[in-house]
Amino acid sequence: MNPKFWRHALRTASVLVFLLAWQAGSVLNARYQYLNPILFPSPLDMVRAAYDEAVQGILWGDIGASLARVFQGFGIGAVVAIPLGCATGYFRRLEDCVDPIVELFRPIPPLALLPLFIIWLGIGEMSKVLLIAFSTFFPIFLNTTEGVRSIDPIHLRAALSLGANRSQIFTNVIIRSALPSIIVGLRLGFALGFFVLVAAELIAADSGLGYRIQESRNFFLVDRMFVGAAIIGVLGFSFNYALRRLEDLLLRWRTTIVQAQA
Amino acid sequence: MGYELQVIGVRKVFRPEDGRAPLVALERFDLAIEKGEFVCILGPSGCGKSTLLNIVAGFLVPTEGQVILDGVEVTGSGRDRGVVFQEHALFPWFRVWQNVEFGPKMAGVNPAERARIADRYLDLVGLGAFRAAFPKELSGGMKQRVAIARALANDPKILLMDEPFGSLDAQTRRLMQDELTKIWTATGKTILFVTHSIEESLLLADRVVVMTARPGRIKTVLPAPLTRPRSDVAPDFVALKAELQGLLKDEIEAGGEARPTTGNNPGRQTL
Ligand SMILES: Nc1ncnc2c1ncn2[C@@H]1O[C@H](COP(=O)(O)OP(=O)(O)OP(=O)(O)O)[C@@H](O)[C@H]1O
Ligand SMILES: [Mg+2]
Repeated sequence: MNPKFWRHALRTASVLVFLLAWQAGSVLNARYQYLNPILFPSPLDMVRAAYDEAVQGILWGDIGASLARVFQGFGIGAVVAIPLGCATGYFRRLEDCVDPIVELFRPIPPLALLPLFIIWLGIGEMSKVLLIAFSTFFPIFLNTTEGVRSIDPIHLRAALSLGANRSQIFTNVIIRSALPSIIVGLRLGFALGFFVLVAAELIAADSGLGYRIQESRNFFLVDRMFVGAAIIGVLGFSFNYALRRLEDLLLRWRTTIVQAQA
Repeated sequence: MGYELQVIGVRKVFRPEDGRAPLVALERFDLAIEKGEFVCILGPSGCGKSTLLNIVAGFLVPTEGQVILDGVEVTGSGRDRGVVFQEHALFPWFRVWQNVEFGPKMAGVNPAERARIADRYLDLVGLGAFRAAFPKELSGGMKQRVAIARALANDPKILLMDEPFGSLDAQTRRLMQDELTKIWTATGKTILFVTHSIEESLLLADRVVVMTARPGRIKTVLPAPLTRPRSDVAPDFVALKAELQGLLKDEIEAGGEARPTTGNNPGRQTL
């Protein structure tokens, strides 16, 4: 077997051992009552709770509501941030106009603006979606700008001497060369959007995974609180993984192994 | 006018934005190159070789003078001049064949014709088997061969090369010099080639243009009527080499390497 296989095996084993240890600890705790077992459910308790939620139909509703918010917000943020970031990275003048404003807003944690968004837009979907859009904007914008700015001038010269015009240079050189940075921005933006989503749902929502955690607390359903957190973790992991695969696919030119040495 | 390229009275002054004194990089530079000729520009580091090439390529505007290509004044970069840079100028996000077909693609040539052109020039540089590789997978010498194919794919009037083999190891460099001579023979292109290696200029050129230390001017133009393929141990090669060494030594001593810190006295500064 190759080393890669063993690495994967080890990583999987590590997760399994963690879950088994947790399960064993819970079983012992249930017998000897060191801690109140209600407050510390086992992995199997969580699976049972998740199954109940799924049967009742609330689980899918929550996941759907949360994902809809994060994707809408993330989509809006990306659609605004990428073109603006490209333009800002390319035109010096524009950079001097846009940069100070971005720097002014950037240090404000998005959650500090949640009450404002709620006052302006109500408790409905709009306030959460736009807050997520707002928070995802910054990492995407900044990384796009940085990517465009750090283009190697020799690539621009090469394209010029090969007869490319401005728009051809934009699509064939600028976007391509900035793509690694843009994807990093998207990944960071998505993670931040997810973070803001859950926080916003804890505070102001009537559906979604964050809301369910809060509601379960009111009914003292600790296993369901754990389920909510675990599902958020799994979703975050899955999307980050998907984005990384997409990155590998789009950026094969950067990651290929050097094989041919003449 | 039988000349392919004419550089007439070109002068270039860089005026730094931060208020330092202007720097004269090129001074009254005149050069005429015939169609199909292979000319090397030889000079100490910092004497303005790249500046001259960038002006001919249209990346820089001369402060005075003009560049005329095939009877038409050069006003910017264009596909009639193929440029091969020192290194890393291939588009790393494109595969080898996509790099080579870039020029024709920009000109709107259809995909089938483009593929044919790419294959032809990849075969010419001996890299047909690597058409689907990414630049990262190639060695330095192979990358430069792709760069040459890419420049040739536009069928330019002249090939401008700025120390294209400068970062290669000695053996690869020799191979590439032979390879370039073959390509030049096969295509009949006019080539303007910048180097600071005396051997390289004598292995390649019909004429060697020796530049002075900054501000760069032409010191001598030395014809190199050696038979090809050239050998660096042939007596006439060795004689020309000694002559060029003498010419270049004066210039390096005159301050070609020295970079003034204040810029008050650009040009002839010795420590
Ligand atoms: N954009 C620029 N602004 C200011 N000074 C410049 C600029 N480009 C080049 N110079 C200066 O002009 C002089 C000539 O530079 P150039 O790059 O043409 O030299 P070169 O002969 O190609 O040197 P090398 O052999 O090191 O490549 C140098 O002193 C350099 O510092
Ligand atoms: Mg140079």
